[in-house]
Amino acid sequence: MFEATEINMRHRRTEVLFRLLFGMMTILLILPVALILGILIYKGAPVLSLDFLLSEPTNGMTAGGIFPALVGTIWLVAVALIASLPVGVAAALYLSEYAPNNWLTRAINLAIINLAGVPSIVHALFGVGAFVLFFKFGTSILAASLTLAIMTLPVVIVSTREAMQAVPQAFREACWNMGATRWQTIRRVVLPNSISGILTGVILEVSRTVGETAPIMFTGAAFFLPFLPQSVFDQTMAMSLHLFVISTQVPNVPEGLPYGVALVLIAMVLSMNAISIAFRMYLRNKKKW
Amino acid sequence: MVEHGAENASTGENRANPTRMLEVRNLSISYGSKSALRDVTLDVRENEIFGIIGPANSGKTSFLRALNRMDVFTPGMNVEGEVLVSGKDVRSWRNLYALRRRIGVVFPLPVGLPMSVYDNVALAPRLSGIKKKAVLDVIVEKCLQRAALWDEVKDRLHSLGSLLSGGQQQRLTIARALSQDPDLLLLDEFSIAVDPVTTMRIEDILKELRKETTIVLVTNLVQQARRLADRTAFFLMGECVEVAETEDLFAGGVQDQRTREYVEGRFG
Repeated sequence: MFEATEINMRHRRTEVLFRLLFGMMTILLILPVALILGILIYKGAPVLSLDFLLSEPTNGMTAGGIFPALVGTIWLVAVALIASLPVGVAAALYLSEYAPNNWLTRAINLAIINLAGVPSIVHALFGVGAFVLFFKFGTSILAASLTLAIMTLPVVIVSTREAMQAVPQAFREACWNMGATRWQTIRRVVLPNSISGILTGVILEVSRTVGETAPIMFTGAAFFLPFLPQSVFDQTMAMSLHLFVISTQVPNVPEGLPYGVALVLIAMVLSMNAISIAFRMYLRNKKKW
Repeated sequence: MVEHGAENASTGENRANPTRMLEVRNLSISYGSKSALRDVTLDVRENEIFGIIGPANSGKTSFLRALNRMDVFTPGMNVEGEVLVSGKDVRSWRNLYALRRRIGVVFPLPVGLPMSVYDNVALAPRLSGIKKKAVLDVIVEKCLQRAALWDEVKDRLHSLGSLLSGGQQQRLTIARALSQDPDLLLLDEFSIAVDPVTTMRIEDILKELRKETTIVLVTNLVQQARRLADRTAFFLMGECVEVAETEDLFAGGVQDQRTREYVEGRFG
């Protein structure tokens, strides 16, 4: 009575086959990542030391550390974050909570999605034209960071809007029915329940700019500048450009050096992601509905 | 009831008839090309419970949504005709927020906002500008008492409202609607998520509330309308078939055969 029939067996075989297939795809995907990390650690780790992180490059960048580039990148990302967070959140708030559902809103949404696909070199040229030349910021941290901010703005808006849309519509209606204005509803219900998600998304998106080279190359990052920036109007070295320079432009660089720089760069991105993930887990535990 | 913020009922200067809380004239509602309600004309008197019965999809909820201008928030919802709340056309209210503050709404599914029980009930008074904790404390306790929830939550007023059980959340929703000190209370099948015993307790409270406020009660339960409503309207497929004194309706004094059949449970 409970014997497996031929058709049961066949379903079972298909099941095993597909599980194997999908599993192998996944491993195939992880393999390159693991390889990159493995090689970087293997070749870069010997170079790493506290001294490497905290000293300046010497001997025409073939020796010494990466301190100015490290600090420069932190500057660039921090200023970009400060610029894109308020603008992105405000725009997302409007699109999520105020905008009527008409052709204009749909056009704006479409534009935002397309803007996210603009190549970074195009943003770089825009940054040169707008911030370096037109606003006369010169090649500076400010110009470079604003270029980065413009570049990440679309993704910041999208992730922020998604965090807000995750707040159930019924909560908004309950508030409106009590005579709350849209702003009161946002302040008392929407923002408190999406702020962690918003910050998580924004950190994640902006952390990606750590690795960007093209947008900062013409707008504020310097080839070699062995001292720290004093204000946002100074030029600065940056990790990504430094890596590019020592890998391609400088002769006689010891083999381990670029690997060391690349390892630090990846560690910076991963640690920002880690902060973001920790934040998300904290948020999930506090989920209120 | 607690004295706070909300505008007094008697401020409508040009009220057409003082005993009428609500006058609905030729109200038609459609969503895009789909008609939900056609040409409804009825009055709701002050301090009565006005029942609306009818099978699903008969336009009962759309009717309620038109009363406090929720159509503004519903894309595609189109309202024609007139709705007068204490003599004033709801479409002539410049400040819709003030209108909605006078009208409390309870929907079929409970919505416990993700804030503490206390904050849930204190939200409406706070929205209208009350900040003093002593005043809020009184309102919160009174509204929770009235919604038959106080005894269950008085020791955990500061735990999350959205973590209460379904029935408790529904009573929390009712308490929240009462905290607006509404002149008009709209209840849309409030008892769907509430157990029968609690439902009876809330029904008793509604009978009490009638002294102070006007209630429009949409219900699937014909017997609930019979127990509570002074007058009852029967909606069917977007049409208001008839309005009658509830006693007459259930005593067989109906004008339309369809009403008789629905009330007697032959369809619906």
